[in-house]
Amino acid sequence: MNECAIPLLGARLLPLPSGALHWPERGLLAVSDLHLGKSGRIARRGGTLLPPYETRDTLARLAADLDRTGARNVVCLGDSFDDCAAAGALAEEDRLWIARLQAGRRWVWIEGNHDPGPIGLGGSHRAALTEGPLTFRHIAEPGAIGEISGHYHPKAEIRARGRSVTRPCFLYDAARLVMPAYGTYTGGLRWTDPALRSLFDATAFAALTGDPVRQVPAPKPADAA
Amino acid sequence: MRAMPEPFQSWFASRGWSAHPHQLEMAARAGAPSLLLIAPTGGGKTLAGFLPSLVELADGRHAGLHTLYVSPLKALAADIRRNLGTPIAEMGLPIRVEDRTGDTSASARKRQRADPPHILLTTPESLALLLSYEDAPRIFAGLERVIVDEIHALAESKRGDQLMLGLARLQTLRPGLRRVGLSATVEDPPAIARLLARHPDPCPILLADPGPEPDIAMLETVERPPWAGGGGKYAIPAVLERIRRHKTTLIFHNTRAQAEIFFHQLWLANSDTLPIGIHHGSLAREQRERVEAAMARGELRAIVCTGSLDLGIDWGDVDLVIQVGAPKNVKRLIQRIGRANHRYNAPSKALLVPANRFEVVECVAALEAAREHDLDGDPRGPGPRDVLCQQILLTACAGPFDAGALHAEITSAGAYRDLTRDQFDACLDFTATGGYALRAYDRWQRLKRRPDGLWELRDPRAAQRIRMNIGTIQDTETLKVRLRGRGRPLGEVEEAFAATLTPGDTFLIGGEIVRYEALRELSVEVTRRADKPPKIAVFAGTKFATSTQLSHRILAMFRQPGWPELPAHTAEWLALQRARSKLPEADRILVESFPFEGREHTCIYGFAGRNAMQTLGLLLTKRMEEEGLAPMGFVATDYAVLIWGLDRLPDPAPLFDPDALRKGFETWLAGNAVMKRTFRASATIAGLIERNYGGQRKSGRQATFSSDILYDTLAKYDPDHLLMQITREEALRGLVDFGRIEEMLARTAGRIDHVVTDRVTPLAAPLFLEHGRVPVHGAATERLLAEETARLMSEAGLDQAL
Repeated sequence: MNECAIPLLGARLLPLPSGALHWPERGLLAVSDLHLGKSGRIARRGGTLLPPYETRDTLARLAADLDRTGARNVVCLGDSFDDCAAAGALAEEDRLWIARLQAGRRWVWIEGNHDPGPIGLGGSHRAALTEGPLTFRHIAEPGAIGEISGHYHPKAEIRARGRSVTRPCFLYDAARLVMPAYGTYTGGLRWTDPALRSLFDATAFAALTGDPVRQVPAPKPADAA
Repeated sequence: MRAMPEPFQSWFASRGWSAHPHQLEMAARAGAPSLLLIAPTGGGKTLAGFLPSLVELADGRHAGLHTLYVSPLKALAADIRRNLGTPIAEMGLPIRVEDRTGDTSASARKRQRADPPHILLTTPESLALLLSYEDAPRIFAGLERVIVDEIHALAESKRGDQLMLGLARLQTLRPGLRRVGLSATVEDPPAIARLLARHPDPCPILLADPGPEPDIAMLETVERPPWAGGGGKYAIPAVLERIRRHKTTLIFHNTRAQAEIFFHQLWLANSDTLPIGIHHGSLAREQRERVEAAMARGELRAIVCTGSLDLGIDWGDVDLVIQVGAPKNVKRLIQRIGRANHRYNAPSKALLVPANRFEVVECVAALEAAREHDLDGDPRGPGPRDVLCQQILLTACAGPFDAGALHAEITSAGAYRDLTRDQFDACLDFTATGGYALRAYDRWQRLKRRPDGLWELRDPRAAQRIRMNIGTIQDTETLKVRLRGRGRPLGEVEEAFAATLTPGDTFLIGGEIVRYEALRELSVEVTRRADKPPKIAVFAGTKFATSTQLSHRILAMFRQPGWPELPAHTAEWLALQRARSKLPEADRILVESFPFEGREHTCIYGFAGRNAMQTLGLLLTKRMEEEGLAPMGFVATDYAVLIWGLDRLPDPAPLFDPDALRKGFETWLAGNAVMKRTFRASATIAGLIERNYGGQRKSGRQATFSSDILYDTLAKYDPDHLLMQITREEALRGLVDFGRIEEMLARTAGRIDHVVTDRVTPLAAPLFLEHGRVPVHGAATERLLAEETARLMSEAGLDQAL
């Protein structure tokens, strides 16, 4: 793989094509916004009955990334479940699958706005996790340094010779990084959206998901179009 | 001849009118359970439809709704309300007429439900909504007649399927309901009659006097038509000359983009500043209404338009119709021609303007077909199941239902007469449980079966959401175009087009060149600085494919020894093709191979219409890639596909192996964007995807995700799901149009002529000038991305590896 690395406060982080973030030095894999059980939550609330396969699809991709990186530490950066009831309503088969993935690994569930309470699954449950120079939390905090967060589902939009390509992306500058959503049933927020872009200084970059991962300067706030 | 009762007789007499025979006939047969009237434009169809209602309502004894009128256009409903107002007022009839469309205010709609008028004018969507209310039985309690106007236009779309299911529902509520259909001239009246009537009831057809033969010809120009392209720019001086000589001219185009370009160029050449307007579906409503009003007042000398003016409203005194570009379809040509001289007994006058040399042949073929009354149309096949799913959900909104009774009701609609109980149950299961192989929704079913066997909504509050999703018209995501500093929208462009704009780019809208400045909220903000040649906006309108029948006529013309009916330049061109290669034949596929500018080219004449030829291009280049022939791209037209690449094609025969093509369609096309678009349309109609509303889009989109994800997920985990089946069915017609490829394979049965020459052939030459070249690179997107990201990085003074 054509590896590209993101330096953040001395840590060397590898964005993966799938949208996971690998920190080889610590054997750590971070994924954000899995939104497991989203189809079930929509159905419960009287919405449409979407194909109920997103949980197994998301877990299959996570299993492949764990396999490939051999990571022993896993951080799920919040909104891992579409709501707390979705965690409870997980099919037995998927619950067992998560347990198998957790076996032999240190597993941290970070709270998200969708899943603020503890969930009845293995692993520890935290509001935030500090690991070396870095802090993992769900929603970026103003002024934070060395922070890795999710929540916004950033997506990049590149126009190349008349063709417009949209990809979920990692956004980062020297102080922080916002991860793309990993869940199968997730959409994105444009990287030019002020809520997202204002978290970064003018020198922000994006790493686009897809194989190979590509880096590109994020548009300056003034270019937002 | 029968006479009309009073006061109608006197009223007609006071106006110096006499009723048309078909109007009297319609009144005389008013008791028929269903009746179809076929009359040319301007034949007084609408009055013929309403007369029996007015007669029955004249004594003032009927309480509540008596007649429901359904038309495909909102504007038509409003127009009819005004037109009916005159006789009702002048005869002093005690009849209340109201329209009800998406434009009707909420308070008026509420009042109409509580106290319906005698005659309600509406659209298929508004009717579907009315039928979904629990009080539908009360609203329609006194209903006697339903009039479906312009049924020929509805018959070709899912809106018509939805309407016919609605009529089936109405008939359940009112078993004695009488149905009347009003149609323009069509190729197969019995097919329309079968659609209209309750299956298996008979439906008599009344044919009005078609009136005098239209006066149609090809526009003669000093300038020769160009070899390729679709704009008809060469004909501008001749068109202007005709506008000067007529009162009002309608200039039809096949696409909105072409209408915009033509209008722009017409203005540049319009030295005596004749008042000319433009009208198409992407313009802001206010702008369209201004043009319509000006036209009605007789202030415009010409209107450049698209299908938006195809249907029935009488706007002013049109005495000439000009069709720019080959009409693609004879039936539509006839209907457009009927827009001129919207008076009975006067011949309509029309001119065809071929946009390029090949279209000269097509126009002549269409003229012949029109003179011979040989109309085209492909049978539509069974009623689509996505519409059925929506109907089941809407029925549930109105109240609990019995599955067997609903199935019986559905099969009383002509298009669904062959729907089996199993097929129906699959749709019911989809609406109730999602219909997935993984039964995940036992607790959260949308519909539940009660102990007494009836089905109902699990959560009654879901009715509101289901109603929000009513209808079968697909909205593409569009953005309003506004002038900076002013609120007034000029019109709208597709989101995908907006995405290709960078500040400073210019484009045409409503006939003006505007400059893209920024994207604000959900509007494209523009200024009037026209300092660059404009880009062409891509609009949602359909690109019509040349009909099967017209294609066959062209192929038949090719068999002639000479072409006295064609202009000399075109006849010489065909003769040259015959000398250098061959002319294509209906029962053989002609394939030409020749080198040009260092690339090997292959031209395949399939005559299957542009959508199918495009699909054929995708499938053939895929197969050529597999065989190592290094295809680099292709371009498709209605009649041919031109493929270029590094290597010469040694033998085309294996490429046309029907099984391999079908397999390609099944597997490779499954991942194609066109399939995903087809899926999105059906999934929205069937209620799996809820439409996006402005408000939701505004609030940020990370909560919503693309329907492509649902398609990919189903393809991976549940490939036989009902919606995947429906998507494949829909792809056979519509954009992928694999059905026409099958037709081509059947008529040619493996007979392939391969002509290898050392230079471009005359018939292939225009293809080199066609727009819409499709590059063939599985990795094209990646390469473009690599290029662009590298450029941006180096611009930022950084190389790729940080």
